[in-house]
Amino acid sequence: MIAQVPPNLTELLGQVIGYIYPNEIEIHWSILIVVYPYLTGLVAGAFILASLVKVFNVKEVQPTYRLALLTALSFLLVAPFPLLLHLGHMERSFEIFLAPHLSSAMAMFGFVYAWYLMGILLLEIWFEYRRDLVVWGREHKPPLRWVYRALSLFSNDISEQAVAFDRKAVRTITIVGIPSAFLLHGYVGFIFGSIKANPWWSSVLMPIVFLMSAIVSGIALVLFLYMVITSLRNEPLDMKCLDKVASYLFYAVVVDFSLEALDFIHRLYQSEESVKILAQLISVKLFMNLVILQVLLGMLVPLAVLVAARTRRVNPDLRKLLYFTAALLIQLGIFSTRWNVVIGGQLFSKSFRGLMAYKMEMTGLEGLVTALGLLLAPFLILFVLVRLLPAKRAEEAPIHPA
Amino acid sequence: MNKREFLKKGAIAFIPAAAVLQALMRQAEASVAGAAGATGSPTPGYEPRDHWYGMGIEVEKCIGCNRCAEACKAENDVPPEPFFFRTWVERYTVKQSGETEVECISVNPRGERKAQDEREVLRSFFVPKLCNHCAHAPCVQVCPVGATFTTADGVVLVDSTRCIGCRYCIQACPYGARFFNHRTNTADKCTFCYHRVVKGLLPACVEVCPTQARVFGDLRSKASRLVRFQRMNKINVLKPALNTEPKVYYAQLDGEVR
Repeated sequence: MIAQVPPNLTELLGQVIGYIYPNEIEIHWSILIVVYPYLTGLVAGAFILASLVKVFNVKEVQPTYRLALLTALSFLLVAPFPLLLHLGHMERSFEIFLAPHLSSAMAMFGFVYAWYLMGILLLEIWFEYRRDLVVWGREHKPPLRWVYRALSLFSNDISEQAVAFDRKAVRTITIVGIPSAFLLHGYVGFIFGSIKANPWWSSVLMPIVFLMSAIVSGIALVLFLYMVITSLRNEPLDMKCLDKVASYLFYAVVVDFSLEALDFIHRLYQSEESVKILAQLISVKLFMNLVILQVLLGMLVPLAVLVAARTRRVNPDLRKLLYFTAALLIQLGIFSTRWNVVIGGQLFSKSFRGLMAYKMEMTGLEGLVTALGLLLAPFLILFVLVRLLPAKRAEEAPIHPA
Repeated sequence: MNKREFLKKGAIAFIPAAAVLQALMRQAEASVAGAAGATGSPTPGYEPRDHWYGMGIEVEKCIGCNRCAEACKAENDVPPEPFFFRTWVERYTVKQSGETEVECISVNPRGERKAQDEREVLRSFFVPKLCNHCAHAPCVQVCPVGATFTTADGVVLVDSTRCIGCRYCIQACPYGARFFNHRTNTADKCTFCYHRVVKGLLPACVEVCPTQARVFGDLRSKASRLVRFQRMNKINVLKPALNTEPKVYYAQLDGEVR
């Protein structure tokens, strides 16, 4: 078989700065691996926002509850694909489930993912929607009736007792779900943070930083979607809800920023062997992505915007605009964060003597087009889900099933 | 259901299940044996548990001829491109100013070298590099399917029939010793020429080294050259702080080498 060596590797040889080990020329984890933690982050963040309603009884956020759950599901369904497409042997991926190597953080992926998808998210959504599914199943004509009947798993009981049980179940699942959401994304952070060979990744803070940035991105996404979907439907935005979500967003960004600042200061102050090459990495390779996009546009500006929206007595219309801007900038910032971790961590040599270059493919399996497709796919899924499972509760059911 | 019935039903359920399991076990064993067979059959009576292999490298003896890297590529069918190596040689030049220049001479072994002004050079030396076959290997730890493993005789190998190509091991190796083989779409690395070693032969790089800068041996055997090498030299390993416990031992290793 003829080797399919990526054609640009030879070209990249000319772009090396300093000395790298010869095998290091290839950047192994491409943009798809940037997309993966970005997607799971959105899942965890959206879920945690949804949990606020059920566990901490934050009534204001109620309008976003179902949307947040469906958002989490849409993104979670797409999350494994960037990983799968990236494997050298996709057909062997099931080995991770069948023969997991227990000392490997990555081997836990299947279990964490399956648990979160089936043990938490689908279950919570089912209990949340069960009553409505039954009602819709009675209201609609076939074939939609069959869809709803099937989705309700042919349950038919919408008595007070049954619905009360559903509510209890949702609450219990949410309580288990919060640590599970932490696990899902903290675990992704651990995959990177536990690599001692790589000083850019190796940090005990990594899972926590991942988690906080996940919460930030998830809340920002739900805020964004809530505004877009409500506006598209020509319905009024619930300002109380928006203010509350935005204030959570603000606190989450503050915590996230503090953690990342702590990580940065800690590295700088400890000034270990790798500090010089990491400084060079930031100034030569990541200045735009890290300093401008991630920190300035992705954190400091949104913080300022959110503060402005809160302190000044701005009118609701301007406030909406400010929230919207902040949410968009934060998405940009978090995507840059993922990029800087995944790609940034592969741009310096483990000899600490040189820097590599990453040239993103455009059309290949691991190229920009695929990445964009994977980023768009959850929105398509969400579009279908929102149509099928509206956020509005079903009206009182007809007494006699039609 | 009485006891007899229960046992009967149990047997109906369990005996086929056990047979299936047994067949799977046999298959798994055969595939392991097959993997070993593909890399050469060991000498009869070879018992992996009796050995613990390592390599010694005497930095001052290396003349930077690059034969080891070339022999390795030929012996192991390593992809020819100048950025896939199972072993390579680095040249270090420490200047009077304290600055250190490093170059991998294996990338372009016959190429022209930049002439160094002798008055500026403090010291210069070559360092052969390869997989350290760490006793506490991070690559083995992170492999999600156990395709990378340590043999009983202490060699870290990749089972290319099992590797899913996630490349986590490549990220976890602190020494840049692994690469992605685009022919097999799996991780690839030095095997200490396991197919030769189990037959009592030396790894190709050791075999061709004209100055015997590389010493291969069995740490379990007091009479091995490697044990003698360890006795006669001050030894260091690469990146000891990472606690990977490398089994490639360097004599006269300069502090500049990473």
